[in-house]
Amino acid sequence: MTQQGVRWTADQVLALAPDPASGRAGSKLGTAGSWSHTGSSDEGTLWGLCRGSGSTPYQTVVDIADPTGPACTCSCPSRKFPCKHALGLLLLWAGEDGAVPRGPLPDWAERWREGRRERAAASRTTGAASGTASPADPEAARRRAERRAARITAGAGELERRLADLLRGGLAAAEQAGYGMWEETAARMVDAQAPGLAARVRELGAIPASGAGWPVRLLEECALLHLLDQGWLRRESLPDGLAATVRSRVGLPGSASGPALRDSWLVLAQHDTADSRLTTRRIWLYGTGSGRTVRLLSYGPAGRAPELALPVGLAFEAEMSVYPGTGRLRAALGERFTLPAPTRTRPPGVSTPVAAARYGEALRDDPWLDSFPVTLSRVIPTPDGDSWQLADAEGDFALPLTAAALAGPGLWRLAAVSGGAPVTVFGECGHRGFTPLTAWPEGAGEAVPLC
Amino acid sequence: MNATPATADLPAEGSWEELVTLALLGTGRRTPPAWAAGREVPVAVLDAAAVATLRRRAGMRPGRAAARPEPAAPDPRSPLPPAAARRLAALLADRPGSGGGRRGAAPDLMELLPQWLALAGARGFAAPAETLPALLDAARGRTDLRPAALAFAGPRALWLARLNPDWRFALRSVPGGGAALPGPDEPERTRQVWEEGLFAERVALLTALRARRPAAARELLATTWGTERAEDRLMFLDSLRSGLGASDEPFLERALTDRSRNVRATAAELLSALPGSALAARMAARAGSCVAVDRTRETPSIVVEAPHECDASMERDGVVPKAPAGRGERSWWLGQLVEAAPLGTWPRRLGGRTPEEIVALPVTDDWRDELHAAWCRAAVRQRDPGWSRALLGAPSAPEAGGPGAVSLAERSKLLATLAPTERADWVAGFIATHGLSEAFQLLGVCAVPWAGPLGRAVVDALDIARNAGSYPWSFSGVMGLAERCLDPLEAGRLEALTAIPDETEHAAPGAGGYWAEAFQRLVTTLRLRADMTAELSPPESGRASTTP
Repeated sequence: MTQQGVRWTADQVLALAPDPASGRAGSKLGTAGSWSHTGSSDEGTLWGLCRGSGSTPYQTVVDIADPTGPACTCSCPSRKFPCKHALGLLLLWAGEDGAVPRGPLPDWAERWREGRRERAAASRTTGAASGTASPADPEAARRRAERRAARITAGAGELERRLADLLRGGLAAAEQAGYGMWEETAARMVDAQAPGLAARVRELGAIPASGAGWPVRLLEECALLHLLDQGWLRRESLPDGLAATVRSRVGLPGSASGPALRDSWLVLAQHDTADSRLTTRRIWLYGTGSGRTVRLLSYGPAGRAPELALPVGLAFEAEMSVYPGTGRLRAALGERFTLPAPTRTRPPGVSTPVAAARYGEALRDDPWLDSFPVTLSRVIPTPDGDSWQLADAEGDFALPLTAAALAGPGLWRLAAVSGGAPVTVFGECGHRGFTPLTAWPEGAGEAVPLC
Repeated sequence: MNATPATADLPAEGSWEELVTLALLGTGRRTPPAWAAGREVPVAVLDAAAVATLRRRAGMRPGRAAARPEPAAPDPRSPLPPAAARRLAALLADRPGSGGGRRGAAPDLMELLPQWLALAGARGFAAPAETLPALLDAARGRTDLRPAALAFAGPRALWLARLNPDWRFALRSVPGGGAALPGPDEPERTRQVWEEGLFAERVALLTALRARRPAAARELLATTWGTERAEDRLMFLDSLRSGLGASDEPFLERALTDRSRNVRATAAELLSALPGSALAARMAARAGSCVAVDRTRETPSIVVEAPHECDASMERDGVVPKAPAGRGERSWWLGQLVEAAPLGTWPRRLGGRTPEEIVALPVTDDWRDELHAAWCRAAVRQRDPGWSRALLGAPSAPEAGGPGAVSLAERSKLLATLAPTERADWVAGFIATHGLSEAFQLLGVCAVPWAGPLGRAVVDALDIARNAGSYPWSFSGVMGLAERCLDPLEAGRLEALTAIPDETEHAAPGAGGYWAEAFQRLVTTLRLRADMTAELSPPESGRASTTP
């Protein structure tokens, strides 16, 4: 993919920021006053000197022609990636004509770029080598897979016994048992190499403290965990799709094996969740030709943004391959043919009863699904006591917003965009309610991210 | 979710409620239900619960819609150009404390928000809906931003504020709480709001009416004047300040006999700002009797004979009889009389002299400071540029910089009565002579952006301070002002100052680097302001739209 000559928008640049503070710091550096000796090459490398607090200016280089996303380096001490200087340089290049003129690469920029390209070439070769090496010993791989399956089977059996004990003693006792019991069970599932089961067990532990109605929720989740155990134990007799879903839910890694799907993909939403170790980014895409909605997952270590960044409301042409199982929602990004560009396309929407039905249907392929991506059209955000709902502009139906949606700042952006008028809202619809992620105002108007 | 579970055909294993009760109590303590016979009971319950859970989820239906909100009033203003909308988002995202530590060479975006709001408001743009929550939060945190932020946020922000208790302040801050005020052709509604409205609504109504039809506002106030509480009377009376005219005199005269001392004092103050009023004439007579020119001396001098008592009629005209601690009673009374007397009195009284000539006259017996200070207050109250000019004197005069009869605070008030250009020229002259250390207050009253000579004077003075070897943070106040007020066109001239100079012997260690950084920030901020202004140019004069 070649990128020279294509100017980015400021939004595209800011979507790369690892956190809001870096974006703000970068914005301040995106003016000519901060820079000297800036330049860009025909191959898509940008460079410049940025004056910091020290006497030596920082040397910043960004390679935007890298097919895996922009790469950069900077002599500043920041451990963020990209640092504010790289963001500032990109903004300067994106914003002002002539601020980053074409010119020959200075030595220091050239050295970094060459080093990087050599390393990239080397890793491609080794990657290819290991790619050819693995099928060389299919027997060993099969034995490894069998050993792991046996461990998971043992884990699932143990979990079944624990669930049965819980039911025998009564859920009321679980309130007193506290979190420790669940932690220990979760650790057993980690040992059994079933991270999916472990995560579900950990969530069970939090339910007794989750407020009114917890016994119902605990029974539901125990029952679904039991269903997953049973699914694993009898996976041989399940239809292929459901078996793949069970494997993926238990925590076995899959690979995007579906056929490549080329389409123009509209970015519906991008939202990050972070814990102490990992930032997880979920990007929802809508294929305007195929009508498919898929989700990309991207991870970054704590404090760093995942490398993949796609601004909401833009569309780009690319190939996706879908992972098996879990409703075939997860995809991997294949080759990209164009850079994300503004579009007037909006996803087609449905009414609230259809959205609820979509979720219900999706449970057939994945009974463990908490929510399903859906776009609502002509809904009005409506206060409902202490809560809010999305009410159909025509008709009497409404979906309540989830507790998470009520707590975030997105609720008020949604209300502001609507102003009491119908809006189009993309989000996740599930048994806990609707989580709005992106809104489009009535009439023309750009997508407004809510997360 | 408040969805309706599909309960039409229950699983043979029993109802959901039955399952929950069974699970809660534990199957060990209950007789197994008939359907679980022959199986391990806990597993049978889990099986049944799994089926029931999926049924409940898959059968979920939407709930009933609540009463939908009334749509927000339309905002007829034109939408922001895309670049300006992005800029606003960036300015709003730059919360204080988000950067932390030393400011470095980067501009302080939050400081640019007031200017941005004023400009966008003046150019008639509407706020993008998605920025309203951030605008309301900013207005909530910073009362100085509130009027401009709420005006720019427009009707939809008030609609939003009614839904969120955190933003209730917006309803109080805006006239009428967002409900449209009655128009001039709605006397009935006007009367109703005046008689039944909340205090804030009544103040808003009175202020709005006063701006359009001063007499009607006064008459409305008169209808309920006698029954209002004292502090409310004070607030209402204050609204007469705008559009004050001779026809207000009878009402104000009556207010001079008010029960409340504060109301009396305010009425007297307002009357004294009306040079033709009877009160002004009475004060002129009293003050005139205290001040005269003594021609018997070698050079004509002003002699002062301060009042010996504060009689009932003086008190009725707003003179406060009791002097604050440490002040002589007689000079206290004199000050009040001179302050309230029309300035036009003095040329007649003092031998046909101009204000300049009067101010230049020597004053006997150390009364000069007292007398000049009172004239200053009078010039400010009566907004008299002639007297202000005379009292300010030449900006280059030695006493202009030091503590004289007229403090810097007083000077800045006097300056405010002059035309913007004259004001800027005076302050430029002041800075050229006296430097920056005393100039901060004076700069605050100058029109933004600073006129050319003023901007150059400030930059030259900063350059001199740098060469003198001090640190820039001694001038951080002026630097901050310059970032907000200097004309962006000056950025080019400043470029030379952003280089790090060689350290000289007498310079403070490292100062050169800090100065370079401070000037860099200044230049960057000015460029940013120039960009902001360009982004906010009206669509018809702007360049080709950037949207595809």
